Amino acid sequence: MDRERLFSPRNPWFTGSVALTLAITVVTAAFGFVWLPRIERNARFANLWDAICSVAGAPRAAPALAPVVQPSVVTTRVVLTPTTLPPSDAESIGRGATLALRCTMCHGARGLSEANSPNLAGQYAAVIYKELEDYKSGARTSAVMMPIVADLSQRDMRDLAAYYAYLPRPSGPPPSSTPGAPRIVESGAPMRGIAPCGACHGSLDNKLGSPWLEGQPAAYLHAQLQAFATGARHNDIGAQMRNVARQMSPDEMEAAASYYAGRP
Amino acid sequence: MISSKRLILAHFWLAFAGFGVALLLGEWQMFIRSPLHGWIGDPEYYYRSVTAHGTAMAYVFPTLVAMGFGYAISEASLARPLAGLRWAWAGFTLVAAGTVIAVVPVAMGRASILYTFYPPLIANTAYYVGVVLVVVGSWIWVALMSVNLRLWKRDNPGRPVPLAMFANVAGSYLWAWTAVGAAIELLFQILPVAFGLTTTVNAGLARVFFSWTLHAIVYFWLMPTYIAYYTILPRAIGGRLFSDSMARLSFILFLIVAMPIGIHHLYADPQVGAGFKFVHAVFTALVALPTLLTVLTICASVEIAGRLRGGKGVFGWIAALPWGNPIMLAAAFSFVLLGFGGAGGLVNMSYQLDSSIHNTQWVTGHFHLIFGGAIVIMYFAIAYDLWPHLTGRALDSLRLMRLQLWTWFIGMIVLSFPWHYTGILGMPRRMAFYDYTDPAIARVASSVMTSVAGGAILVISGILFFIVLIRGQMAPRVSAGAYRFSVAVHPPRAVPVALNGFALWIGLMIALTAANYGYPIVRLLALPEAAVPAVFIGRG
Repeated sequence: MDRERLFSPRNPWFTGSVALTLAITVVTAAFGFVWLPRIERNARFANLWDAICSVAGAPRAAPALAPVVQPSVVTTRVVLTPTTLPPSDAESIGRGATLALRCTMCHGARGLSEANSPNLAGQYAAVIYKELEDYKSGARTSAVMMPIVADLSQRDMRDLAAYYAYLPRPSGPPPSSTPGAPRIVESGAPMRGIAPCGACHGSLDNKLGSPWLEGQPAAYLHAQLQAFATGARHNDIGAQMRNVARQMSPDEMEAAASYYAGRP
Repeated sequence: MISSKRLILAHFWLAFAGFGVALLLGEWQMFIRSPLHGWIGDPEYYYRSVTAHGTAMAYVFPTLVAMGFGYAISEASLARPLAGLRWAWAGFTLVAAGTVIAVVPVAMGRASILYTFYPPLIANTAYYVGVVLVVVGSWIWVALMSVNLRLWKRDNPGRPVPLAMFANVAGSYLWAWTAVGAAIELLFQILPVAFGLTTTVNAGLARVFFSWTLHAIVYFWLMPTYIAYYTILPRAIGGRLFSDSMARLSFILFLIVAMPIGIHHLYADPQVGAGFKFVHAVFTALVALPTLLTVLTICASVEIAGRLRGGKGVFGWIAALPWGNPIMLAAAFSFVLLGFGGAGGLVNMSYQLDSSIHNTQWVTGHFHLIFGGAIVIMYFAIAYDLWPHLTGRALDSLRLMRLQLWTWFIGMIVLSFPWHYTGILGMPRRMAFYDYTDPAIARVASSVMTSVAGGAILVISGILFFIVLIRGQMAPRVSAGAYRFSVAVHPPRAVPVALNGFALWIGLMIALTAANYGYPIVRLLALPEAAVPAVFIGRG
């Protein structure tokens, strides 16, 4: 029996199975790649070959049906990846410390603010760099910050980021009467499409480009949420903060801001 | 004659240990997301648990069952001791070590990416290394099955390969080829990012590679179940297998058409063309062929047993069946669950209908019916059937076994039917939190609670299963005799060479994979702009 040759045109199992498989494949492909696109009468299919390429998934340029609408506001041009910022070195931190002298008026001598400006000590380098770059490009606006960053070079901004990231983050025991995190911080509001604040800003998880918020001035946090909600601040490229803030109630903004402000 | 008893028992015990832990995790996940429990506060724990549940249930448990059962089949059906026993132990060690290496980072919250990997999410390297070790360990089993079959064929030229071994090797080849997709994804796309060699990953391509594995892996899980239908059930109930050739044909068809269909998991993915989605839908439908062949053959085999036991008339043979026999009971339950699961699967595989239930709890319900129901209940049956031959002790808690199988069957129905319903209502799957106070989803609350009750029944059944096995380990020693497989009505004296080997069918399997996956893979490979930044999990 084993002398019977399998791979031979005389073996009916071989010819039959190959022919059947081939037939099913060809018929299916004819249906999927030729017949179905044809009956779809899609105006975008110029001809049969065009339709076949389309359903095969070949990349094509988008049809020039309508002009691309450019946003009327400047959006951020920073692309953050794990390699956007090189690892900081002593020289970079030292340069940053010197440059930071001009920031002390609002952000404190060691990056801890007394003036309802954000604390920068220990903030992620990617966050500092991105905000500086956004002030420079006009993606984020501030009458105070924009003139200050106007003449900063790329290297200056990276060095400032390295310096502030290097400073020790304020720490201390949590407040004795710690109330639990408010619902908006812990679970967000799924039915309104609001992710938990803590999912990006710490306490649950951190995402690249999101600052930690603990101990930041409540007035600052609250003002930023409102700015996102009105669209006055728009340097979140995916509109993620604008979408969140727009859906938040005034009470939730208040709760989130005072919760984070009250953490060490 | 089964001689490598310790090896096989080790596989089964490790498999069931993983299954037991994952079962508890599954019920916990359902409970904490249901209206019976408040919000746990941190979604991370939920995703950690889902990752552990999926990894244990999808990669470790069925692979070990297939390996252990495969070794038993090789020795019992070929009537010769396993060649390569040391290699088999090495494979087992790799799977065991891989499991530990993968589960530790999951438990630490460093790998909460779910067992489907979901790049650009990137977990701790150890998780992927562990999964790779599990797969490598199972490939040793594939090689051993192939070698043992070859040695037997050399010594028995021209004789038909015993059906159990034929099916077993078909399953091992199916696994070898289906695991290649995920292996490529892990080795060439994910591990380079996890090791820090690059920071971007072509997520669309990774999903295509994973779909290569993701669907056919279900048929690999199914293989021990189908082998049990064909080669254990008829013997256990005193019947005969209706047709040996039909059985071979079913396994061959599985080998060919299980592979080129995985893109039906990607119907909502924009990176794959609609034409390929249609082709994969058609080939998915073809899987009904070996399934229906099996239903026909097994029903006919069971009818033979019923009539031999004196059953008369059109339905009288059904009443005459030995319903007290756990194998009979398990197979009947398995068929019912397979029927419901298959019917739901028709919706998933249809390009149009899928859009109404894509990524909803319907999908969870579907694969729990098929895998957790139809497949796993036969794993129990396989264990019950093999145990006396492995331990040399009788399993005599028949009532407990029946209770266990009944509770598993009922529990699986109560668990998964409400899932299907909530899926139709649009309840998404794999979410850590549902706000049942919102009117939009408040009406799924009672269904979700019903599912939790179903899960609780499954936990009870799982406990009963362990009680049966442990009592079996403590029973007095008896001789179980030689392990036998069912005999066909017409035992094959000679079969066509095509039905006695795999060369042709493997050729067709690879050719169809190339036809159905080649272009999407090549096209995505040539799209450097498809690479997206990796998102690292658990490093914050």
